[in-house]
Amino acid sequence: MMTRPKGKERFIYLFLVFSGYATLTILCVIMGYIFLKGIGHVSLDFLTQSPRKMGAEGGIFPVIVGTLYFVALTVLIAAPIGVGAAIYLNEYTREGTITKIIRFGTELLAGIPSIIFGLFGYAFFVVLLGDFTQGWSLLSGALTATCMVLPTIVRTSEEALKSVPRALREASLALGATKWQTIYKIVLPTGLPGILTGIILGIGRAIGETAALLLTLGGSLLLPQSIFHGTRTLSMHLYMVAMETGNMDAAFATGVILIIIVLLINFTANYLIKKLINRNSTAAIRR
Amino acid sequence: MLNKKKLNKRLVLPKAAEAIIRPILFTSALTAVFVIVLIAFFIFQKGWPVISSYGLWNMLSGTVWQPTKEIYGILPMLTGTFYITLIALLIGIPFGLATAIYLSEIAPPRTAGIIRPAIELLAAIPSVIYGLFGIVVINTFMRYLQRGLLSGILPPDYQLGYSVLSGGIVLAIMILPTIINIAEDSLKAVPRAYKEAALALGSTHIQTIFRVLIPAAKSGIVSAIVLAMGRSIGETMALIMVIGNVTALPQHGLLSVFAPSSSLTATIALEMGYAGPQHQAALFAVGIVLFCIIALLNSFVIAFTRRGGQQQL
Repeated sequence: MMTRPKGKERFIYLFLVFSGYATLTILCVIMGYIFLKGIGHVSLDFLTQSPRKMGAEGGIFPVIVGTLYFVALTVLIAAPIGVGAAIYLNEYTREGTITKIIRFGTELLAGIPSIIFGLFGYAFFVVLLGDFTQGWSLLSGALTATCMVLPTIVRTSEEALKSVPRALREASLALGATKWQTIYKIVLPTGLPGILTGIILGIGRAIGETAALLLTLGGSLLLPQSIFHGTRTLSMHLYMVAMETGNMDAAFATGVILIIIVLLINFTANYLIKKLINRNSTAAIRR
Repeated sequence: MLNKKKLNKRLVLPKAAEAIIRPILFTSALTAVFVIVLIAFFIFQKGWPVISSYGLWNMLSGTVWQPTKEIYGILPMLTGTFYITLIALLIGIPFGLATAIYLSEIAPPRTAGIIRPAIELLAAIPSVIYGLFGIVVINTFMRYLQRGLLSGILPPDYQLGYSVLSGGIVLAIMILPTIINIAEDSLKAVPRAYKEAALALGSTHIQTIFRVLIPAAKSGIVSAIVLAMGRSIGETMALIMVIGNVTALPQHGLLSVFAPSSSLTATIALEMGYAGPQHQAALFAVGIVLFCIIALLNSFVIAFTRRGGQQQL
């Protein structure tokens, strides 16, 4: 522990401490403000009714359903690819030119702005594959979001697989299991909390996403009938209601729902990470 | 006794699975690379005709953006993007670095245990929420400032609340987690012996932090800043909501921090909704410019951190 600095250094010290608390304060102010402004408009009716007048009145039921469909579809496509990529990188290959290219591509993909994904999704999924995806639709949006969340899932899953003790793999192989059997029955279950964390963080990113979806998901306020119909997510709805109808109450209420979802996602992810760390440290000691 | 069916299940099937699984996993791993190539291909395919016919330099230096009249000067948005990014970095870097230092060097574990999850949450909040907060709180405050204290020196169209400065402040908050997380990691990665040696030689804790730890963590801090820059250049929704989306060059020197502005990202997102084919192509051309800036920044970070990592080994 440090002693309290004197003189000029005291100001620097105070600035460092101040910054730390300022970050915390900013978070509390933003979340608290949205919450206080919006919570009064959140009611059972708001959650279960259809919107009227472009969302300026009425509820957000179709938007909630649309968000759930969108997230489910995105995870359904992105999770197998992302986890598969992580397994390949961690279990099936040595570091070399190909893994370097794959890692470079994944890192680059993580940094691409969402509006670029939007342009790409529009040109590729909405226009070029329009006969298959029916243009602006849940499917086009989910495919675009898949590209965006892939890096998150790959990275986190890879970390999870790395944390699985080597001894477990060796034991399984020594008992005569094939490589895939070892991965499927030993490595994946052991790393599962970490993999789930990656998927949940991916869900968080997909839920917060707006710019790319404006160009691919359509923005319809009707209850989506199939993956070939357009819909909108909560984030999109918040933006459209705030900017197009100017009804800030509805926007704040949607914001409250979004914040609650984000909080839930974060707590779940943290819980799973703790579980992974505990499980693997004890596994390593026991064996 | 094992019958043939059971034998198959135990010996043949796993081997067959082994042969199929590997190529499937390999394809999954290549998806990211494949997507990057596709993105580059489609953005360039759609946008390049405009750049080649209009001229790259004409586009970058043109001050008028009137896509309906086929005038595609993107200098106003380019200035807007960089102006807002600059303000965001000027505010975000000192606070971000200070918080990182506080967390890694000063904070008691318990306090750090509260602030760290808060930073994670800050990173997880959707950008539309920041935008909403920006319109209602920051822009209202800005309007108050512009119409009150500064009303004498600001032209009327600079008194709307929508401004470069609002955008910069919102982005500064949004890039804090990026800066803090990466800078803290790199500060923590500095070998303990460096710190102990500096303290043993009689330097104070603050001296040790600024003369030893920060220089040693330089490569990580630089990548934190460049990544934050990439994030603020690429941010769309929060900006659309607070900057006013006026494609005009700032005219009044330093006062133009109060001017409504536009950015590359905001223009694309707003105008794609109603653009005709030629206008769309122009927006894809804007996308090319954005893609190149971001790809350049990110490649720099990836190359830089890799080299830095090897040096430390």
